Amino acid sequence: MIRARVIVTPKPVVNDPQGLTVKQGLATLGFREVTEVRVGKYIEVNLEGSSEHEARERVEAMCRQLLANHVIEDFRFDIEPEHKRR
Amino acid sequence: MKFGVVVFPGTWSDRDCGWVIDQVLGQELTYLWHKDPDLKGCDCVILPGGFAYGDYLRTGAIARFAPVMEKIGEFADRGGLVWGICNGFQVLCEAGLLPGALIRNASLEFRCEWTHLSVERTDIAFTSQCEEREVLRVPIAHGEGSYFADPATLSRLEQRGQVVFRYCDENGRIVPGANPNGSLHNIAGIVNARGNVLGMMPHPERCSEEELGGTDGRKLFRSVAESALKVLVS
Repeated sequence: MIRARVIVTPKPVVNDPQGLTVKQGLATLGFREVTEVRVGKYIEVNLEGSSEHEARERVEAMCRQLLANHVIEDFRFDIEPEHKRR
Repeated sequence: MKFGVVVFPGTWSDRDCGWVIDQVLGQELTYLWHKDPDLKGCDCVILPGGFAYGDYLRTGAIARFAPVMEKIGEFADRGGLVWGICNGFQVLCEAGLLPGALIRNASLEFRCEWTHLSVERTDIAFTSQCEEREVLRVPIAHGEGSYFADPATLSRLEQRGQVVFRYCDENGRIVPGANPNGSLHNIAGIVNARGNVLGMMPHPERCSEEELGGTDGRKLFRSVAESALKVLVS
């Protein structure tokens, strides 16, 4: 079993009102060193198979076709091989 | 003129659209279930508002996999009229039938209020009964209606005149203060290059009778119905 951990974020050019609001909240709490906050999504995908290379290709395709919208979002992921089933 | 109104799990404006079509305008109406394998001979397909498939992942992201969507894509390719309203606009963007995307409102609020729209195109079926630059009063109700497209796509839309509606003030001035959600260029609705697929965030079906506080929305439904008549006559 392989686990992919996918992170989807709004593209830098896309306005992120959620991030701005969280940044303001942090400033209110005294975290004034915060210069920017971007809010995205974290998606875990467990896959059958053992080839890390193949899993990478498959997850890349999943991101392009569904998990991220290329108009507004960027994605990145890492692969955890030999993930033990919970 | 036969209208088909698509119903996904989570759609909620289907009956409002249906009411305007058959009760207000007396046009032929059929509902299209998301699993329907054909469009039952409709001349215009409406994707109404709501939260199709709960808007899981992103608004409209899952709806594009519904069996009926494949048929709608083919129908649009043949020049059939496809009209996405609110969630329907989001579905059309996710399905790639319209460019760009709709993101969270700049205010982060769900905005449910009356807006004014400047009609920028009147040579398409959806606005054939409107005057150029006419101001329509139509309500919105959405949390994710801020239109976004990359600069190249946006300038292509503008050059080809694909922006059909822009948020404006009651005098028709397209000003930032009239923009309820942060949409680029005050965009409230766009059409594809061919002019047969329209997406818009405001709800014309909610202002088609006096009892609802306005009738400007009826103009758009009537435009579509009359455009079919013109085709028959010509």
